[in-house]
Amino acid sequence: MYPYIPNTKEDEQRMLETIGFDSIDDLFSDIPEDLVLDRELDLKPSMSELEVANYITKLSKENTTINDLTCFLGAGAYDHYIPSIIGHILSRSEFYTSYTPYQAEMSQGTLQYIFEYQSLICKLTGMDVSNASLYDGGTAVAEAAFMASNITRKDEIVVSKTVNPQSREVLKTYAHLQGIKVIEVEDNGGVTDLDKLKANVSDKTAAVIVQNPNFFGIIEDIEAIEEIAHSQRRTLLIASVDPISLGILKTPASLGVDIVVGEGQALGMPLNFGGPYLGFIATNKSHMRRLPGRIVGQTIDAEENRAFVLTLQAREQHIRREKATSNICSNQGMLTLAAAVYFVTLGKKGLREVSLQATQKAHYAMNKITESGNYKPLFDKPFFKEFAITSSIDADEINGKLLEEKILGGYPLGEKYPQYENGILYAVTEKRSKDEIDRLSSVLEGMI
Amino acid sequence: MRKYNKLIFELSKPGRTAYRLPENDVEEIAVEELIPAEYLNDDELDLPEVSEVDIIRHYTNLSNKNFGVDTGFYPLGSCTMKYNPKVNEDMAGLEGFVNIHPLQPEETVQGALRLMYELDQALCEIAGMDKMTLQPAAGAHGELTGLTLIKAYHENRGDTNRTKIIIPDSAHGTNPATAIMAGFDTIEIKSTEEGIVDIESLKAALSDEVAGLMLTNPNTLGLFEKNIREMADLVHECGGLLYYDGANANAILGKARPGDMGFDVVHFNIHKTFSTPHGGGGPGSGPVGVKDILLDFLPTPTVEKDGDRYYLDYDRPKSVGRMKDFHGHFNVLVKAYTYILTMGRDGLERASEWAVLNANYLAHKLKDHYNVQEDAIFKHEFVLAGLKDALSEVTTLDVAKRLLDYGYHPPTVYFPLIVNEAIMPEPTETESVETLEEFAEALIKIAEEAKEDPEILKEAPHETPVRRVNETQAARNPILKYEG
Repeated sequence: MYPYIPNTKEDEQRMLETIGFDSIDDLFSDIPEDLVLDRELDLKPSMSELEVANYITKLSKENTTINDLTCFLGAGAYDHYIPSIIGHILSRSEFYTSYTPYQAEMSQGTLQYIFEYQSLICKLTGMDVSNASLYDGGTAVAEAAFMASNITRKDEIVVSKTVNPQSREVLKTYAHLQGIKVIEVEDNGGVTDLDKLKANVSDKTAAVIVQNPNFFGIIEDIEAIEEIAHSQRRTLLIASVDPISLGILKTPASLGVDIVVGEGQALGMPLNFGGPYLGFIATNKSHMRRLPGRIVGQTIDAEENRAFVLTLQAREQHIRREKATSNICSNQGMLTLAAAVYFVTLGKKGLREVSLQATQKAHYAMNKITESGNYKPLFDKPFFKEFAITSSIDADEINGKLLEEKILGGYPLGEKYPQYENGILYAVTEKRSKDEIDRLSSVLEGMI
Repeated sequence: MRKYNKLIFELSKPGRTAYRLPENDVEEIAVEELIPAEYLNDDELDLPEVSEVDIIRHYTNLSNKNFGVDTGFYPLGSCTMKYNPKVNEDMAGLEGFVNIHPLQPEETVQGALRLMYELDQALCEIAGMDKMTLQPAAGAHGELTGLTLIKAYHENRGDTNRTKIIIPDSAHGTNPATAIMAGFDTIEIKSTEEGIVDIESLKAALSDEVAGLMLTNPNTLGLFEKNIREMADLVHECGGLLYYDGANANAILGKARPGDMGFDVVHFNIHKTFSTPHGGGGPGSGPVGVKDILLDFLPTPTVEKDGDRYYLDYDRPKSVGRMKDFHGHFNVLVKAYTYILTMGRDGLERASEWAVLNANYLAHKLKDHYNVQEDAIFKHEFVLAGLKDALSEVTTLDVAKRLLDYGYHPPTVYFPLIVNEAIMPEPTETESVETLEEFAEALIKIAEEAKEDPEILKEAPHETPVRRVNETQAARNPILKYEG
């Protein structure tokens, strides 16, 4: 009757007899009577697979997908190309039905792909050490802030308002818990206002947090920001980066960043209505023991063969309890596998090509949309795959009309940035074709 | 093939490729004209160059060096390694769920929002709570969310003196770590001989500085905290709130509800109780449910319903803010809801009944060879205090490693901390009586080996893809990335 419960009525009888109980109810006799639920749960009765699948499929069809629409929406989650093999590798149930690799000898598969993932994140960012991942880009920013506060023993975080507003919201929720003060620095023409940044960084600053490319898609002057951050003794620079951009942009390590974090969704993960995604975090060797979460290390087995194991566990909750660097217990295991497969599938040439195509197409789109003068660039700074446009038309009105034409429009900036009221942030990945961009432009023109 | 021992980097050969993109169809402009050269990386990325076949074989070989629930019995205590139904994966893979952007207009994602709303309601009914947030990414993240809500509750009342969280000594390591992360201090209280919270120890810990109590029920010894009502009253009387760590909820579905026990805030581990895969560490999902008194503080946004329309409510002035990006691990939530519908009210209750019967049956089978608590009714899991009359040099770790040779994933070991040489099996309801008996036989055989041939345990495992792994060397001389 229940496909996932193998034991039979006869088994039940025999097992109860063996252990000396008369009924299943007796096994719950330790629950005080006044706490026993004296009715059935108010849920539907069990259903067949076919009935459930019909219902859930019906719900899924009430959504309009990015295959029905042409997606120009980004703002932290992107419609990049996902190589077919990722799904196939992730469907190996030896991977997805396993737990955190506590028993190294029978978890070498998981341990090795995490080790490879850590290595790939280090190669991409130029940093010394990566952990086995965090929940997402936003919590990675918050964990990095905690880490900086612990390292520096200072309790102010200075964050640029060009950092994704969602990440800043998570940061503020987390920071409040530990009494860490978060100081937000305004933008100036779409980039961090360096004068204001300088004015807010003091000897109390644990870290400066920036995003690159920033939320508006613009490439920040990290060298100048680095100088300001490091003008204070011990203050750290945290950068949240788009991993795809590192196909062409300088590595955070070469720019003097101390802790690199970011959202890894673009590395082969479907949009999935917001999750699960992947938070990555990497740092220098000197801060290695302050990293939150799991870390896999290479070692040997009793016969001196190469082997992998969870290591530096003296940082972690299951060993250190209240002295742990974080409470995090899981990592995004399957998503680190997706990212690793993505990196090696695209490889040396491919990640650069994705990065270059996105750059080319985003710039083509920006020029095309602003050609007639009806729509204007909101900023005039160098950008990567996202750019902001403004016009006299209300952003919601534009997006409504785009949706009628089966186009998923950009992110309206007005709510989070009232000073850019009609601004819309468009994302253009390598997946968008010239025809699709031309159509976006012509539908926009048609609204004038 | 289980001896395969190459890194992906060692397969790289210049000129190999595993991808092909469409030709760029917009006007090609030199990248230096689009982005200033000082921002550009002059060096090539140091990523491997491998073919598609290389990648597939590499990861397939790695998967052969792994062990999952689909491979065999995985009785890892407190982790609820139940079978992960395949239809759940199919449903989560539906095009209409996979390919929707989290910031799409609400009218284009009504199905997704409806699923979340209905799951919220189902979880509330199961927990006896009033409203959920589906945002937390995992159990520990649920704990952090819960303590964030408790903190907001006290702050909102101007009660800023409450800086302490009470945690039993049998608690999961995440509990104290979460309390500290949430800016509290911890007070550890003792367990009785029997293994439940010592009420006197709780009373002694209570004061007007206490923000709350974190408790797992049934606890990590697999025992139901029968005094929970009295404990709840004591904590509430002194102004604190109660947090329910739902890691062990698989024991009580449809039998008892944390809300009725007096808990104010609850998390579920979706990947334990509601059958979604653990994924080698994640993604998990840790929805948090609250009583009405905490409703206003829930993270933004919540999923709401207005007539026939579902929407995300961002207008929550007292909210603690965001705990994570977007709306939680949506794809995991689809799997959980599929499971809840499949099992229904009757199946969920039956699952708990079998989880408990299986645990008690297994404990009974082991009691002659391992130290089992006597006269206890276990819930979904139990704890063995190591081998009976073992030679002193044979440890729980040796038993665990030897189990690998018999083709089982060992139970959780050395936890809870209050039991010496702890071995904590949790069989779950998805295992047959035959599996339990074979597993018990293996453990009994190992108990005999421990007396007759302890070396075979000390040197175990013998049959795994690698032999016993040197953890000390890994920690002393950390190699955390490929250096080739």
